[in-house]
Amino acid sequence: MNATPAVEAIDLVKHFGETRAVDGVSFVVPQGSVLGLLGPNGAGKTTLVRMLTTLSVPTSGTGRVAGFDVVAQPTEVRRSLGLTGQAATVDEILTGRENLKLIGSLYGLPKKYVREATERLFARFDLTDAADRMAKTYSGGMRRRLDLAVSLLAAPPILFLDEPTTGLDPQSRSGLWAVLRELVSEGTTLVLTTQYLEEADQLADEIVVVDKGRVIAAGTPTQLKDRAGRASVVVTLTHAADVDEAAELMRSCCQEVHVERGSRRLTAQAGGLGDMTRIAAVFETSGIALDDLGLARPSLDDVFLHLTGHRAEDASTPTNEGVVP
Amino acid sequence: MTTVQATRAPAARPPISPPSLLRASSTIVWRNLLHIRRMPEMLLDVTVQSVMFVLLFAYVFGGAIVVPGADYKEFLLPGIMVQTMVFSSAIVAMGLTSDLQKGIVDRFKSLPIARSAVLVGRSISSLIHSSIGVAVMALTGLLIGWRIRNGVLEGVLAFLLLLLFGFALIWLGIWVGSMMRTVEAVQGFMFTVMFPLTFVANTFAPPESMPSWLRAIAEWNPVSAVTQACRELWGNGPVAPPEAAWPLQNPVLVSIGWSIVLTAIFAPLAVSAFRRRSRD
Repeated sequence: MNATPAVEAIDLVKHFGETRAVDGVSFVVPQGSVLGLLGPNGAGKTTLVRMLTTLSVPTSGTGRVAGFDVVAQPTEVRRSLGLTGQAATVDEILTGRENLKLIGSLYGLPKKYVREATERLFARFDLTDAADRMAKTYSGGMRRRLDLAVSLLAAPPILFLDEPTTGLDPQSRSGLWAVLRELVSEGTTLVLTTQYLEEADQLADEIVVVDKGRVIAAGTPTQLKDRAGRASVVVTLTHAADVDEAAELMRSCCQEVHVERGSRRLTAQAGGLGDMTRIAAVFETSGIALDDLGLARPSLDDVFLHLTGHRAEDASTPTNEGVVP
Repeated sequence: MTTVQATRAPAARPPISPPSLLRASSTIVWRNLLHIRRMPEMLLDVTVQSVMFVLLFAYVFGGAIVVPGADYKEFLLPGIMVQTMVFSSAIVAMGLTSDLQKGIVDRFKSLPIARSAVLVGRSISSLIHSSIGVAVMALTGLLIGWRIRNGVLEGVLAFLLLLLFGFALIWLGIWVGSMMRTVEAVQGFMFTVMFPLTFVANTFAPPESMPSWLRAIAEWNPVSAVTQACRELWGNGPVAPPEAAWPLQNPVLVSIGWSIVLTAIFAPLAVSAFRRRSRD
């Protein structure tokens, strides 16, 4: 059984002069999984990706990709990965097709393979009609897709994506997510950085939250949400007249019952699905009419606020007012 | 040892055979030349602009500049060709900074190729760029009366000297291009350096008419040696007057010497600046 992790970071450090851009980061990405590096601007995500993709030499620490050391075996590392940088690094003056031809030739791939792979990738990324136009005529979403096609030309088992959807409209973003999910289903390992909590939540198996060059939390999206606070059961009544009776019922079986009269909504702390089904059963027997009953988990936004004291998307103005004790 | 790509490739991986430095560089040259073909206006600096310079100096200023023992148009052409070669260092610097700025260099660096291929490719395409300019100027020169009056061998030697000198200055361009962050900054800096370098010389006017301190600078300027070498090899002008500085008395050897010295100074600076830029 081959258990070589796809990517390993062991105490990676990068200093730029006095600035500690990355200050001792470690994580492991198993093959075929998706790691989300989540953090605000300037957290050190891009520097991490640059070190792991051999573009930047670590000040200290070890990085391994496909089992190869990023400092000692850069060529082997580069053969194993694809990289889609933060700015779509396609050549604007070249056509889409020429961009792939250029990269194919630099990989030393057979010409015939490059031609066939180009057709396949362009069909998949909906670029066939634009294949012979200069990339500078492409929209933002098309450039990202071309960039991704370039990164996938050599069918790398490990793909690094640095903020792949920054600056894209919602439609292009969900389109790109769909493509990434497909890649994962084929066995590709993804390491992606993002400032968008939703993106990490949507795609990642494992999330590493980075702030100021350090890992401040790691886990599955669910684990991280659990850390920010327990889930709660939210019950919405059909008739305002039932509020008192319903509150009584919930207090008999749950803790921290909270009543919002105006919206006919009652909230109670819940350990999980078990609590929810218990409450559902109680209401069933009581005959109180409900509009809705559900489990509310804290969002990753809440998680970030809880961990760092500032929101992920406005790192420039950290505030302390929102800190959850 | 089992590796990831051997066991867990998403699709059958194509054979990757990292190209030699030569092949990788020529691919990058292909790409750079494609840029010139797509944007012929990139050549304006060495074509229209140079022709304009030739015509301006030959017909506007030329009449007022007296070159003892030579026809001004003949005197002018070698000087302006050297100027074109000097400007190739600005071309290489702007191209490199633009690629660094746009992340194209990062893309190349993430591929299994020698990193020097980026520099080699850039240098070769810049030399081609400047050579196109020299060719355009030679044609313009022929139209207005410039001729290569000595043998073929000397004629070719002069063109080779131009290329050698251009090659030496390309390292200056790579150095500047690796240090600066924006194309605009490179452009501003290079033109500030290039204009005095190519004008305080024997390119457009004989240094004999300059104040003595300026004349000394002009005569020791590497640009002057190369210009003088071309003039003598092509038979376009007088040999330097006996009181002229030593480099002008032995222009061919001094041109070769300067090219070696400049390469020795700027190549290590350029490579280390590019490496430094590449490490971060």
